[in-house]
Amino acid sequence: MEWETVIGLEVHAQLSTRSKIFSGAPTAYGAPPNQQANEIDIALPGVLPVLNREAVRMAVRFGLAVGATINRHSVFARKNYFYPDLPKGYQISQYERPIVEHGRLAVDLDGDTHVIGITRAHLEEDAGKSLHDAIDGLTGVDLNRAGTPLLEIVSEPDMRSSAQAVAYLKTLHTLVRYLEICDGNMQEGSFRCDANVSVRPRGESRFGTRTELKNINSFRFVERAIDYEVRRQIAVLEGGGSIRQETRLYDADRDETRSMRSKEEANDYRYFPDPDLPPLLLTDAFVEDVWADMPELPAAKRERFCAAYGLSRYDATLLTATRELADYYEGVVAGGGLDPKLAANWVSGELLAHLNSAGLDLAATRVSATALAGLLRRIADNTISGKIAKEVFEAMWTDGADADRVIAARGLTQITDDGAIEALVGEVMAAHARQVEQYRCGEEKVFGFFVGQVMKASRGKANPAKVNEILKRKLAP
Amino acid sequence: MSETLAELVRGLAAGRYSSVELVDASLARIRRHADLNAFITVDEEAARAAARAADQARGAGGTGLLLGVPLAHKDIFCTAGMRTTCASRMLAGFVAPYDATVVARLRAHGAVMVGKTNMDEFAMGSSNETSYFGPVRNPWDPTRVPGGSSGGSAAAVAAGLVPAATGTDTGGSIRQPAAFCGITGLKPSYGRVSRYGMIAFASSLDQAGPMARSAEDCAYVLAAMAGFDDRDSTSSERPVDDYIGGLSGDLAGLRIGVVREHFGAGLDAEIGAATQAALAEFERLGATLVDVSLPNSAASLPCYYVLAPAEASSNLARYDGVRYGYRAAGYRDLEDMYKKTRGEGFGAEVKRRIMIGTYALSSGYYDAYYLKALKLRRLVADDFAAAFAQCDIIAGPTAPTTAFALGAKTDDPVSMYMNDIYTIPVNLAGLPALSMPAGLAGGLPVGLQLVGRYLDEARLLRVAHRYQQATDWHRRRPPLS
Repeated sequence: MEWETVIGLEVHAQLSTRSKIFSGAPTAYGAPPNQQANEIDIALPGVLPVLNREAVRMAVRFGLAVGATINRHSVFARKNYFYPDLPKGYQISQYERPIVEHGRLAVDLDGDTHVIGITRAHLEEDAGKSLHDAIDGLTGVDLNRAGTPLLEIVSEPDMRSSAQAVAYLKTLHTLVRYLEICDGNMQEGSFRCDANVSVRPRGESRFGTRTELKNINSFRFVERAIDYEVRRQIAVLEGGGSIRQETRLYDADRDETRSMRSKEEANDYRYFPDPDLPPLLLTDAFVEDVWADMPELPAAKRERFCAAYGLSRYDATLLTATRELADYYEGVVAGGGLDPKLAANWVSGELLAHLNSAGLDLAATRVSATALAGLLRRIADNTISGKIAKEVFEAMWTDGADADRVIAARGLTQITDDGAIEALVGEVMAAHARQVEQYRCGEEKVFGFFVGQVMKASRGKANPAKVNEILKRKLAP
Repeated sequence: MSETLAELVRGLAAGRYSSVELVDASLARIRRHADLNAFITVDEEAARAAARAADQARGAGGTGLLLGVPLAHKDIFCTAGMRTTCASRMLAGFVAPYDATVVARLRAHGAVMVGKTNMDEFAMGSSNETSYFGPVRNPWDPTRVPGGSSGGSAAAVAAGLVPAATGTDTGGSIRQPAAFCGITGLKPSYGRVSRYGMIAFASSLDQAGPMARSAEDCAYVLAAMAGFDDRDSTSSERPVDDYIGGLSGDLAGLRIGVVREHFGAGLDAEIGAATQAALAEFERLGATLVDVSLPNSAASLPCYYVLAPAEASSNLARYDGVRYGYRAAGYRDLEDMYKKTRGEGFGAEVKRRIMIGTYALSSGYYDAYYLKALKLRRLVADDFAAAFAQCDIIAGPTAPTTAFALGAKTDDPVSMYMNDIYTIPVNLAGLPALSMPAGLAGGLPVGLQLVGRYLDEARLLRVAHRYQQATDWHRRRPPLS
């Protein structure tokens, strides 16, 4: 039987607010345990939550970016359960009335565009962390993360393969960073994903029983966890069994999913509207204000890069992968007079290669956009060749010097003077009389040999076009 | 200590006595009447130091509204440095690192806190018998309850231990003990006074208010307590009226609604008669009586006993033994720790309400209980809105009985709950209401409840003040040494 995979994703994006969603404590990552938890975060008696306006703005910004309905009236509810890292004994979350509903995200994969529905996105607070065996066999509780704002983004079950799921996740990841609402750091848990996975016979319109996969904290693990789970479900069904609705944990070390709890064992969360927080009412003016503040979105930027710079779709996609990279590229071409394609090749080639091998973020680049533009201008005005330019870039990367200083200091200026090149050609021809004879007898392939020798004699500085032209003239019988 | 708070404010300003003298007198009376068990915690040294500071401030030209006046806080308000127990074993040793907004504001106005008053555990009770620190005795008759949950504050004011105290009212917890102890207590409109730092029982109903000897005294304390607080999202941003300046004025043209349903079965005959006498007095003072109806008030009690426990079951989840408060001694694992801690740390009434509330919110029961209760709540509020189209305030009995004997209702929770039949609808509607003395029945105080429109506290206080100028029920004192 042929099986079809059905996937829906739930993403928890930590919003990059300075303070927590219901308290004034800071949200910065990595502080010593419990140093960033105030009386509200640790739920002392008598404390009350006050909603962070910036978190609301960020949620609305996301909603607008995915073409969603922004609910002018949304409600915070309490999700009740006991756990040591949940200080109040309930999590404040939006349940029946989320702030964002009915959005969609266009996802490109292998030349096709898939539109994935976004059911809802709602605001909620994060829990703290349990630190097992932190203190001599005891469990410690760190509440620094408690109260960090989260936007939970729930997709429709619109994805049909793990590759689509990863593509959706990457598109979403790019989007939240473009919107500057989430730093996207998956290692630190700023962007977390749960996957709902089911299979059904191809052609069947009803969904199969789904399992929820938790703890998949990288793009690679998402793909592997889903692939494993799909194989597992198909094996169960083909063996005559049935799928249990349950939550399963992905174990990256063993590359498998394990049952965590069944539907029957699930908590009764006893949701009810939080009486400490009045319904969140948004005015049109507030939403319009957020709209006016929207940055250019990845898809729009990609189209503009194609149209304005004549770049291929491939190049445009690559350069708009992050807002920072796109800004860098536009910084390079901003001065004008450069071939946008050449600039694109240098940014996506030399620059990214150097960043990757040095393990640096773009923000820490040693060659600024202005400096790279300076180098490319010397290629454009024939001061140096593209090959020499790579050597100059290397020096710029190492020393932080600008292109002109490197060129001057190393005497790399291109030789374009006809007389000088003719002299070099003369020397080479004199030294290789046999090859001259061969060429003149019709063995034209030795031409390349002469080009190489002349370039070598010029230590790479001779203008290749001129070398070609002069060689052709001199070698002619 | 026989003077009212307003008189003490004037006496302090005139230099007739110092704050140190007043606070010493208050502390002496607290010691003498320790049998009442009105206080959970008294810090004499801290109170004297604050009194000295108040006297110095006055010497330096300071003029706080309540500068130097001794005052007690119900032990539900967090106080930095002094333990806040909520009358529970769960918090018997808990010291908050911060002041509740109410505490901070009263301190900023110069009031001197002498201690924290006894109450029903987590404000759940109508007799002050659920306190982990033992019951409070009614100064009028020590074999009787003072009412609850703010029983310690009511007894302390009635016995003259302090001129005023704070209370909280979720279903009648200021008004019913005020009635039982013969003092004046005001529950403000929901949102008028900040709930920040006030330990939550039922968040959508809880409201802090003053308890004192007269409406005028309540006006002083409320003036210091009330107002928007950006730390409480449910507090009202509407400006606060001038309660003290608003006290003067007559009752000409005032329409007083008399609720038909208030005079049915269950109302003590003497209380009914005292209420009628008070209404007649209002007429004599120029008010007209209007017959009004609150047809859904009978549904208030079941509505309240779903909503309040539902909220409480969630509000009290934080007392889990993990971060602060009581933790059971021996346990096998996390779940065992939770069960033992909460089983031992909470008293019977608190556990009863947590269980009721948990049930009401459970999957499959939510619509039948919680959602239905929310709809009833709307109906109750609509009743008041309709009544207030015909009248300016509503008057009636505060409670159906006078103070009952200690232990009389502890085995019968429903009969205990019935005591709040007149007060609970007001909380459901979020309206302001006060109780003031309006007679004696069998030697015990009778309370008259006045209910106002939303944020109409100033009118309530004016009407009560006018009544108290014409009568002397509020000046009657319990037979204490």
